[in-house]
Amino acid sequence: MKLTIGAVGLPGTSRQNKTGSWRINQRPNFLHIRCTACDLCALACPDGCIYGNGRNTYYSDYEYCKGCGNCAAVCPVDDIEMEPEKGGLPQGVFVFYDENEFRHMSTA
Amino acid sequence: MARRMLEGSQGVAQAVALCHPAVICAYPITPQTHIVAELADMVASGELKAEYVNAESEHSAASIVLGASATGVRTFTSTSSQGLLLMGEVLFNIAGMRLPVVLTCVNRAVSAPLNIWNDQQDSLSLRDSGVIQLYAENNQEAADLIYLAYRVAEDHRVLLPAMVCLDGYILSHAWEAVEIPTPKEVDAFLPPYSPLYKLDPEAPLTLGMYANPELYTEARYMLQRAMEEAITAIQETSHSFELIFSRPMPGILEEYRTEDATTVLLGMGSLVSVAKEVADELRGQGEKVGVVKLVSYRPFPKEMVWEALKGASDVLVLEKGISLGSAGPLLLDVRSACHHRPHQPRVSGFVCGLGGRDVTRQTIKAALAEKELVDARFLDLKADLELEGMGQASRDKQPALARGARRKRAPRKEGINSA
Repeated sequence: MKLTIGAVGLPGTSRQNKTGSWRINQRPNFLHIRCTACDLCALACPDGCIYGNGRNTYYSDYEYCKGCGNCAAVCPVDDIEMEPEKGGLPQGVFVFYDENEFRHMSTA
Repeated sequence: MARRMLEGSQGVAQAVALCHPAVICAYPITPQTHIVAELADMVASGELKAEYVNAESEHSAASIVLGASATGVRTFTSTSSQGLLLMGEVLFNIAGMRLPVVLTCVNRAVSAPLNIWNDQQDSLSLRDSGVIQLYAENNQEAADLIYLAYRVAEDHRVLLPAMVCLDGYILSHAWEAVEIPTPKEVDAFLPPYSPLYKLDPEAPLTLGMYANPELYTEARYMLQRAMEEAITAIQETSHSFELIFSRPMPGILEEYRTEDATTVLLGMGSLVSVAKEVADELRGQGEKVGVVKLVSYRPFPKEMVWEALKGASDVLVLEKGISLGSAGPLLLDVRSACHHRPHQPRVSGFVCGLGGRDVTRQTIKAALAEKELVDARFLDLKADLELEGMGQASRDKQPALARGARRKRAPRKEGINSA
């Protein structure tokens, strides 16, 4: 990895930076039993990392989910519960510079 | 090369025009306005091919030149006082993104109380922003430092914004003979800007992006190293300037009659001219007085300052600003340059010329008459003016060293705080 002059990088780093690594000890578990597809969990998610299309399809992208619990708190049918962290957290990587992708960006 | 009678602002505007900025953006503020008004006229008449953008504030003006510079073109803005402070937030970003924006600060006091006249508190307050700061003594230097600023800022070892500081009114509104080089000479000195990276819709980039604790320190380290490189770049560029334009360019500092000087006056900007006159006068009386004019305040050329001062026994730092609660910021740098050296001189700090009060020969002689080591001695205080709660503004009341208030605290009045 290389830090460029002026911290210049390729766009799309929000996706590359796996901020799910910030989670402490809990994450939402979508039970998919009583879900009515009201979409409140997705709207309440401060990270915008809850996706779903239709009943019992909603999920949180653990690569970015911070485990705040807003979704579980707003779910009107208690179909989301916070559970202890399982397995490893995503690796918090941060890419400023990729030699191959970046070479053509420099005018020097 | 043509020698012309010009207002300081006009000299700067003509120098900027000769550097062909693609985008000029500013918000008017006294005493800077003449510079951008002149440039606006040149753009309107077609004499200068540039995009002139009117902004709704200095914050916007700085943001616009940031964006323009990121697209890989030369830019210019200018401001003073409150305007510079409003730009401050953006200037840190311009430096962090390593964009070689050039701007002028026509130095003016900072409110409150409201004051439109000259001192250097505005630019001194932005010393930590990562912007190169160069101070002009006269109108010729104000114009010449523009060419230098562009070349140093755009040097790939540096890539930092650069600000040319000239004293409001004293230079900006005063008429002097200024040598304006031919376009050919300027082109020989200043190559076209070749950006390291540039914004391009075909190949998107993000600049100055989010850096977490794992990377931020290194980004700041790179800025500090770039500032250090700027010292070398200014030296080399000054040399090249002298070769092409055939006149002196003290890009770092200038020594005036310091060869055998035991007392050295050190300052920045127009007050140096007065200091030189005092030095001449005292030399005539056999006193060994010299002057050091610091041009490059940021980067601070520590080694060169020491080289210039090491023969002296007394150094008097004269500055038009103060880091309130401490001393003049320049004093702190000069003392630091002399620290841990053999036979270091005594370095005293004087605050003068605030809010447009003239720095006269008497002002500088008052500093020379000071026998004690002082940190922040205010010169020319009016002895007959009563300052509420402090009595007369007599200089005798100032502590020799800023050790903090020694006055007894007034007894708390009952009823005020409990009400």
